[in-house]
Amino acid sequence: MDEEYTSEYGPRWSDQRVERMLGVLVCTVVGLLLAMIVVVLIKAWPSFAHNGLAWFGPGGNVDDQLNAIFLSGQAGAEYVYTFHAWPLIWSTLLITGGAVFIALFSALFVAVFIVEFAPEWMSNVLQPVVRFLASVPSVIYGLLGVLVLVPFIGNHLVTEPQKASVAGVISLTGYSLLAATTVLTVMIAPLMVSIFSDGLRAVKPGWLEGSLALGVNRWRTTWKIAVRTARPAIVAGTVLAVARAIGEAVMLAMISGSVGFAPNPADGFIFIYEPSRPLAPTIVKNIDQLSSPPANATLFAIAAVLLVSAAFLSLTGWVARRSMRKYGAA
Amino acid sequence: MDASVATPPAAPPPASAPQRPAKGAVEGSATWRLSDRIGLAICWALGLLFCAIAVAITVYLFIQGIKFLKPSMLVTPAAAGFSQTETGGFSDALVGTLILAVMGISLALPTGVAIAVWLVEYGRPTALARITESTIEAIAGIPSIVLALFGTVIFSSTALGFLSRSNEGVVFGRSFFAAAAMLSLVALPLIVASTREGLNSIPPHVREASYTVGKTKAATTRRILLPASRPQVATGAMLGLGRIIGDTAIIVVLLGATQNFAPVEDVPFPLNFLRGAGTTLTNFVYEASPTGNLNQPQKAYAAAFVLLLMVLALNGAVDVVHRRARKVGTWSS
Repeated sequence: MDEEYTSEYGPRWSDQRVERMLGVLVCTVVGLLLAMIVVVLIKAWPSFAHNGLAWFGPGGNVDDQLNAIFLSGQAGAEYVYTFHAWPLIWSTLLITGGAVFIALFSALFVAVFIVEFAPEWMSNVLQPVVRFLASVPSVIYGLLGVLVLVPFIGNHLVTEPQKASVAGVISLTGYSLLAATTVLTVMIAPLMVSIFSDGLRAVKPGWLEGSLALGVNRWRTTWKIAVRTARPAIVAGTVLAVARAIGEAVMLAMISGSVGFAPNPADGFIFIYEPSRPLAPTIVKNIDQLSSPPANATLFAIAAVLLVSAAFLSLTGWVARRSMRKYGAA
Repeated sequence: MDASVATPPAAPPPASAPQRPAKGAVEGSATWRLSDRIGLAICWALGLLFCAIAVAITVYLFIQGIKFLKPSMLVTPAAAGFSQTETGGFSDALVGTLILAVMGISLALPTGVAIAVWLVEYGRPTALARITESTIEAIAGIPSIVLALFGTVIFSSTALGFLSRSNEGVVFGRSFFAAAAMLSLVALPLIVASTREGLNSIPPHVREASYTVGKTKAATTRRILLPASRPQVATGAMLGLGRIIGDTAIIVVLLGATQNFAPVEDVPFPLNFLRGAGTTLTNFVYEASPTGNLNQPQKAYAAAFVLLLMVLALNGAVDVVHRRARKVGTWSS
């Protein structure tokens, strides 16, 4: 661009220079992400190297292992790295899976309701409600869980015989899978609703009118045409919600029970009252152990697992959306 | 957006585009089969359940907050003591939240807007634009606890020792600077997405008009495009702000998990606090909950109430901006 046209800002703000400055900034952010992945993996390496695939397997008490790892770093003796994370992984899978499963169904119904079926006043109420629920800080959900839901489950839902039946293994106090899954569902469902309803609104009206003109009622039209067309948005919303659920640390640290215990569905129905601790809260709970080198490596190994799952989720979502794009909207 | 990042977006459809059939205008549910009507009933039930949960959370926290919040708590810092009457309030946490909000957003807003401008207006080479889009999306999906752990590594390096407390060459790495830097990453994707939406909604003829009178791209962006997308930028900023004041994992890890300000000695005024450790409302609620180290549920309720008021205020502000933007109207083509 000629410099005479840039007189307002002078050559300092010429187009090339601005483009280069912005480009440098963008590269910095991209580089930061790459650096993060590399740093986390390097820091995590000792823990993975010592355990191999057994890192992901069961064996022993996780809390004892974490404690031994921490102490070995302090004494200056030989570092201990033995760590079998299965109870933590299993807890993550159960809580995330349960919450995402419930949230997916309820969010889909609520999004359809907001976009298609709710009367004007109702959707005008629901939209701010959804936005509000999505913006409540996780620590407030955690606080309400600890002070309201957990005592309720402990005092009213779990019966004395049930407590006695597993008394030798674990104590049922209300800090449970049930509490964690319920609160997590309330946290992630609003996220899903807002993305789903954006997707449903983007469906071309002509397609819906075509279906209605053929005599299909509005309910079926919505589910067969609108929801199907909005599938990329549904995948995107679900991926984001799963990522949020896996990474949720503080709320789950407060109400999951913080015990390295793998709830056992073989115990029967009461396994939903059993406490556990997912991966992310484990980092929060042991954060003051970062100064001990082996504990540091172990915590970074957990972070690496979370990071890789997040990246894998992004990739899955991208692939799924790409293959669905041929269906039109979004 | 796919390959066409570099080019201005297509104009939005003209206002005469077919309207979606009005709700309820087509038919009632009376003629539907039973299964369809059950489905509609589930919709109503879940919709009402969402409202009930929101009302319950708000009302419960308001009741508890008004019951336990005393004005003195807002001005007294936390103190050590045996009963809830001796341990003071949470003024340090309140101020800490405000400091972090300002620092975090003043880092995230310029960066986010710049990235969005680059993506929409420049975006060359295309490969870099694609990578940047994926990066921003990936940052949105990264758990904040992982960001926090990464923060402990970079801010404990000797080169960044001037941003936190250091003791005989060992850098502590926990400070307001560290926490704000990582929190700005949490807010960044929201700001980028919102700003891009705003820039994309401006039709190309506006840019062309500006180029025709001899403005450069940079001047057009600065004088025309950014002012025009101000509502979206503001929305993104406020959404980001909400995430910053609501985040706990990064605070617990990167702000030192103290109960008071811990300023660094021998440093001039604002820097000694910013380089030191501190606390925020989220951290206070976490620590004061029965699972935390303090276990003062009444104060946790009071602090959570204050936090909720902030979130509600931000939500209200977003609504106001939306309504203003709608009143001003959109671009006509």
